[in-house]
Amino acid sequence: MIWEYVLDPANWTNPDAGIFILLAQHLAYTALAVLAAAVVGIPFGIWIGHTGRGRFVGIGLSNAARAIPSLGLLVLVVTLLSTGIGPVVGVLAILALPPILTATAAGISGADSEAVHAARALGMTGNQIIGKVEWPLALPLVISGLRSATLQVVATATIAAYVSAGGLGRLLISGQATANYSEMFAGAVLVAALAILLDLLLGLIGWLAARRTNPGRAAEVAFAASR
Amino acid sequence: MIDWAWIQRNLGMIAQLLVEHVILSIVPVLAAIVISIPLGYLVFRTGRFANFVLAVLGIVYAIPSLALFVVMPVILGTKILNPVNIAAALTVYSVALLVRSVVDGLRSVPASVNASAAAVGFGRLRRLFRVELPLAMPVIFAGLRVVTVSNIALVSVGAVIGTGALGELFTRGLNSAFLTPILVGLVLSLLLALLFDSIILLIQRGALPWARGRRTA
Repeated sequence: MIWEYVLDPANWTNPDAGIFILLAQHLAYTALAVLAAAVVGIPFGIWIGHTGRGRFVGIGLSNAARAIPSLGLLVLVVTLLSTGIGPVVGVLAILALPPILTATAAGISGADSEAVHAARALGMTGNQIIGKVEWPLALPLVISGLRSATLQVVATATIAAYVSAGGLGRLLISGQATANYSEMFAGAVLVAALAILLDLLLGLIGWLAARRTNPGRAAEVAFAASR
Repeated sequence: MIDWAWIQRNLGMIAQLLVEHVILSIVPVLAAIVISIPLGYLVFRTGRFANFVLAVLGIVYAIPSLALFVVMPVILGTKILNPVNIAAALTVYSVALLVRSVVDGLRSVPASVNASAAAVGFGRLRRLFRVELPLAMPVIFAGLRVVTVSNIALVSVGAVIGTGALGELFTRGLNSAFLTPILVGLVLSLLLALLFDSIILLIQRGALPWARGRRTA
């Protein structure tokens, strides 16, 4: 029975490589990588979007990033450096960077120009315009960038088990090694469920943010910000 | 750690993996074109229900590729090492993304253009093939480029479970801490993506002269 492995509670609580531990590892990798990418990508994206400089670099980057075989990059880095949490999270963060960077830049540069002009007319400084006008208007797009980045990282973190990094992918690898298809299937279903849940969650957050920054109210937002 | 002679010695094997890589990534694209255009049109015609279908396809697209590769044998009844699993899973992704492009493309056709065609006496089918689809093509081509490039990158993930074309160079390199096959696999994979992206761009320029100079991607 293919569901055998998931349905056995002992496989969840096993202190060595139980599903709970693997899930926690998977989530920790994902959170660390997306956070690291956001810390670099959001400020850079704001700078590109606000100044209009380096926009071609941004667009080219996201197109090129799609062509990178994630297993190849992971294997390259691990062979050059070492296995362990540092290099693996580093690779995950590199893969998470382009969607965050380009979505932020697109959101900032796409902020309603009337609202931006109105804010400038009210005497706001560049930084105030970014913080009080462009950033709130860009937020839904920034969240959608974080969403694509998270999905990319969850998928690649699964592959990371191949370079002995743990996470839910470990079930796939050890199931493969011991010809235990039920275990592989458990890994696949859990990873898919995790990805879908995170996608829905971030989709919901994005929807809530988009409702708040209704473009029809952009002028109002700019006005409110000047108080 | 880098040994250029290794490439010469293994040229035959590398060529074979390269061909396998092209087949596993491009056949799903072709299958997805055949499936997605009629399917996308049907979804488009359902009106508001279309958004629900697109949301479901978005969820399918969220599933990590490795997970889909592993689940495929249950759906298809194949063996885990069968490369058909990879091709089938990539077809699923490609359809999930292309249907959205087809719907977006058809939605981008201005209602006034459609109404004018109807007024001149175009029937529904002729309108579809002579007006709506041609005008939707730039958006569909943009989706096609995304699908093709990401398929080429995703095939190698299959190496984790034993069949990944050029990805097998990655696993081989990792297992013997040998950089040459890893670099060869990375470079060839990137070149393939660039090559097929340019081919699609050229086809688009040739087939859609009216959209030349307009930005789609």
